[in-house]
Amino acid sequence: VIQFPAEQLQNLHRLAPEIVLCLFGIVIMIADPILGPAKQRALGWLAFIGTLAALGAVRLMALDQGMAYNNLISADGFSIFVHVVVIGSAALAILGSMQYLEQEGIQRGEYYSLVLFAAAGMGILAGANELVTAFIGLEMSSISTYILAGFRRRATKSNEAALKYFILGSFATAFFLYGIAMVYGSTGTTRIDQVQAALEKLITEQGRLDSLSVIGLALIFVGLGFKVVAAPFQIYGPDVYEGAPTPVTALLASGPKAATFALMLRIFYVGFGTANNLWFWAIWISAALTMCIGNFAAVVQTNVKRMLAYSSIAHAGYILVAFAAGTVYGVAAVLFYLAAYALMKVGAFLVIAHLGQRDEQRLEITDYAGLGTKQPVLAVCFALFLFSLLGLPATGGFLGKFFAFQAALDSRIVWLVVIAALNSIVGAYYYLRVIIAMYFWEPSKDYTPSKVAPALVLALSIAAIGTLYLGILPSRVLDFAKAAADSLTLH
Amino acid sequence: VETQSYSLSVIIFLPLLGLPALLMLRSDDHTWIRRIALAVSLAEFVISLAFLVPKFDSANSGYQFVENHRWIGDGISLFLVLLTTFLTPLAILCSWNSIHEYVKGFFVALLVIETAMIGVFVSLDLFLFFVFWELTLIPMYFLVGIWGHTRRIYAAVKFILYTMFGSILMLVAILWLYNLSGTQGLVRTFDLPELAARLQRGYILLPPHTELWLFGAFFLAFAIKVPLFPLHTWLPDAHTEAPTAGSVILAGVMLKLGTYGMMRFCLPLFPDAAHRMAPLIGVLAIIGIVYGALVATIQPNFKRLIAYTSVSHLGFVVLGIFSFTTISFQGAVFQMISHGVSTGALFLGLGMIYDRRHTYEIKEFGGLVNPMPVLMAFFLFVCLSSLALPPLNGFIGEFLILIGVFQYHHAWASWAASGAVLSAIYLLWSYQRVALGALSNEKNRTLPDASGRERLILVTVALAILFMGVASPLFTHRMQAATDSLVQQSLGHAENAARRPQPPAALAAGQTMLLAPPQLLVQPQLLHEGSLASIAPRTVQP
Repeated sequence: VIQFPAEQLQNLHRLAPEIVLCLFGIVIMIADPILGPAKQRALGWLAFIGTLAALGAVRLMALDQGMAYNNLISADGFSIFVHVVVIGSAALAILGSMQYLEQEGIQRGEYYSLVLFAAAGMGILAGANELVTAFIGLEMSSISTYILAGFRRRATKSNEAALKYFILGSFATAFFLYGIAMVYGSTGTTRIDQVQAALEKLITEQGRLDSLSVIGLALIFVGLGFKVVAAPFQIYGPDVYEGAPTPVTALLASGPKAATFALMLRIFYVGFGTANNLWFWAIWISAALTMCIGNFAAVVQTNVKRMLAYSSIAHAGYILVAFAAGTVYGVAAVLFYLAAYALMKVGAFLVIAHLGQRDEQRLEITDYAGLGTKQPVLAVCFALFLFSLLGLPATGGFLGKFFAFQAALDSRIVWLVVIAALNSIVGAYYYLRVIIAMYFWEPSKDYTPSKVAPALVLALSIAAIGTLYLGILPSRVLDFAKAAADSLTLH
Repeated sequence: VETQSYSLSVIIFLPLLGLPALLMLRSDDHTWIRRIALAVSLAEFVISLAFLVPKFDSANSGYQFVENHRWIGDGISLFLVLLTTFLTPLAILCSWNSIHEYVKGFFVALLVIETAMIGVFVSLDLFLFFVFWELTLIPMYFLVGIWGHTRRIYAAVKFILYTMFGSILMLVAILWLYNLSGTQGLVRTFDLPELAARLQRGYILLPPHTELWLFGAFFLAFAIKVPLFPLHTWLPDAHTEAPTAGSVILAGVMLKLGTYGMMRFCLPLFPDAAHRMAPLIGVLAIIGIVYGALVATIQPNFKRLIAYTSVSHLGFVVLGIFSFTTISFQGAVFQMISHGVSTGALFLGLGMIYDRRHTYEIKEFGGLVNPMPVLMAFFLFVCLSSLALPPLNGFIGEFLILIGVFQYHHAWASWAASGAVLSAIYLLWSYQRVALGALSNEKNRTLPDASGRERLILVTVALAILFMGVASPLFTHRMQAATDSLVQQSLGHAENAARRPQPPAALAAGQTMLLAPPQLLVQPQLLHEGSLASIAPRTVQP
């Protein structure tokens, strides 16, 4: 019997979700050719079980918190919260993919493996306490999602999305890496929790912060701002979101965004916490731009998928409002928002994926006419997600905004909150247009609804119940988010 | 005492109890859907009457029926709740045969909107108030958008965007106030009496410009809802395009959410800002009174005409509120209820005419009294009530408001009085064109007179109108205590500076004081800030 040293065992516990996800990914890769094309759907369920097992592994991680692998990975409350969000959205995306892939004729095992590898990468982002480790996580999740974006190989749009995402994404990660190098050059460390002390030492020695670390932070912001689709790095977003297969869009809009925001929080709040005068205005301006660009561009869209892509940009802006707060409330508000946002956004994109039918033909707003009478249950779900994205009470989206605004106001950021509030009125306009089409327009004659597969029913039920749960009984999740925020040692 | 303490929760959520029953019915079983909706709303009315009226102690000025400090039923809320529960069964009854599509959804929306409106009227907690406030929008949006007339989508979108624009800024103000309330080691709170007490006693120091911003954010939301000139442009569209029941609820109750909010939140929380802005608001209200009346006069569409009368009549209410006297407050509350009943009745009668002719154009009518004597007689009665003929209800409200306004500002009262004259012009003239004269249009010759169901509706509202007119002391007496305390709360800074307790010494010295001084009557609890559990720290009313 091999005896693991206690330290090794601890390390394994603290990286357990990633290990489980990768193991399942590899198993699916191996099983794919063995099973043959007829039984590909089983691989989807296997991947779903993999995400459930990973959630169980998160529990294992939660029982044994602390640093792992020489402080490269931090298994703290913060990381646990984000793990649940990213693995949960991967699970929902997998459930929503099965019927979609079959209908598109691209049912392949490697699709599910890639989703799991992406989720593992996001998990590493959430827990990374070291910048190069974070880079590895970023690459893992990015490369998997580049491939996933182009998974509809015969569709031009999908190819365009993958190529755009790959080229621009590579640039962004290069920026990020360059920033890491600069921060290392100036502080002599890549450990996020040591950057703070090094910066303070620099300030006492030189009387001010050196330009190297400032430029480093700016480059890191560019790299990560790209990944969360924040303005002015949002240009690629709508094209990629529109071109990618819709369940992949659901994943892109929720998982990588949550994981990257988590890394941003750790770097900005923990590493550069005392230097928040450095980044406060950058975040402020980026938040204002992101909200305005996202919302105003969404208003003129007629393609619902593209409209929701712009709405994702807008929501990144609302999250940045909470981010700007710079306090523990800000962290908690960002985390709560990410959870609520993941549920409603994945839900909305999965409804679109189903309604798009073969080759994603039915994405125009006119295709949604009369859905309320044709498929009442699906329409009610979609309306719920849209109302939540809009921010109406009794939904998670409302409380997400509520806590975000509150955290920002608590830090006396009034005007940004006013901009955000006015933006949500603009948002109301385009979300309501879809509701109008579904409920107020006459149904179109030539449309025959396709059956909703059990996996999709499960995914939509989880998303809908979760959205309502966060909107009506938020206190448990909120306490969880607060504990997570407390586990980051802020300065 | 135990049974009474939950009465408000029962009244708020009772309409929702009907929903499972409605949802379980087959969607083509229209008869039972209507019956259950009516039964639930009638039960709601009876319970609200039985719970609230006898147990309400008119001598007590404080908030009565305060349950865990979340719900409130004082002299102002009580009557608005009764107005809601009175109009909802009528709205259901008037839609009996006029709604044919998605019948289940229609009645579900009506019951949900009833719960949301009552919730607004009894919430003593800013967070809950806001939640209910926003929840009123969704059912009304669908009522207008699905069951409305030709331009319904335009009207529904205009309605919801306008209202949300105001309310989202109010949300920012609520959060701002919440954050400010946590000074000096006190637990932050959304609780209205607690916030008012802290503001009044100087525990929350609002610089004048901050108070003005906060007041402005609240007031904008309410002014859009009322609607105050020049924010009224959504109203004619929404009222005209809504189905009859929607118009009844919209004009009867939803507009009062705005005036209620001004009384409940703007005045007690920000009295100084209210006094500073009163001249401007008063002028806008007077413009609304006159402008609304003039525009109503020239409308070719009867429903649009009645919609504009709301702009005029609610101008009176706003004027009464911003005159800061007991009598004008009483007049304002009375006018809110009275306008709810009268305008509700006008829309009900108009809906009956529409059910027969499917048009609202005045020129299509003329001499309607010949085929429909009973219906048009009741319609005349309702018109007279709306134009404030003594001894009917409209007179009492306008008269009280004018007396109160006269005490505050002579010129305002004389300008506002012109509105009373104008209302006689537009209502009587339009009644003359619709009902009197020769039967000019052949299509109108064979119209049937009011059916049994319609007579029931008309008799009920007519009795309510008459009762409110002759038994007005029963109403004003019960409002007295609440309006008196509102006068106290809305005294401006200069006026009550002498009586206001001095700000705590530590605050004057610029230090922090970690414990609440005893007179605040708060028991600070260590709750998580921002969590829902912290919404209502217990407070004891003096």
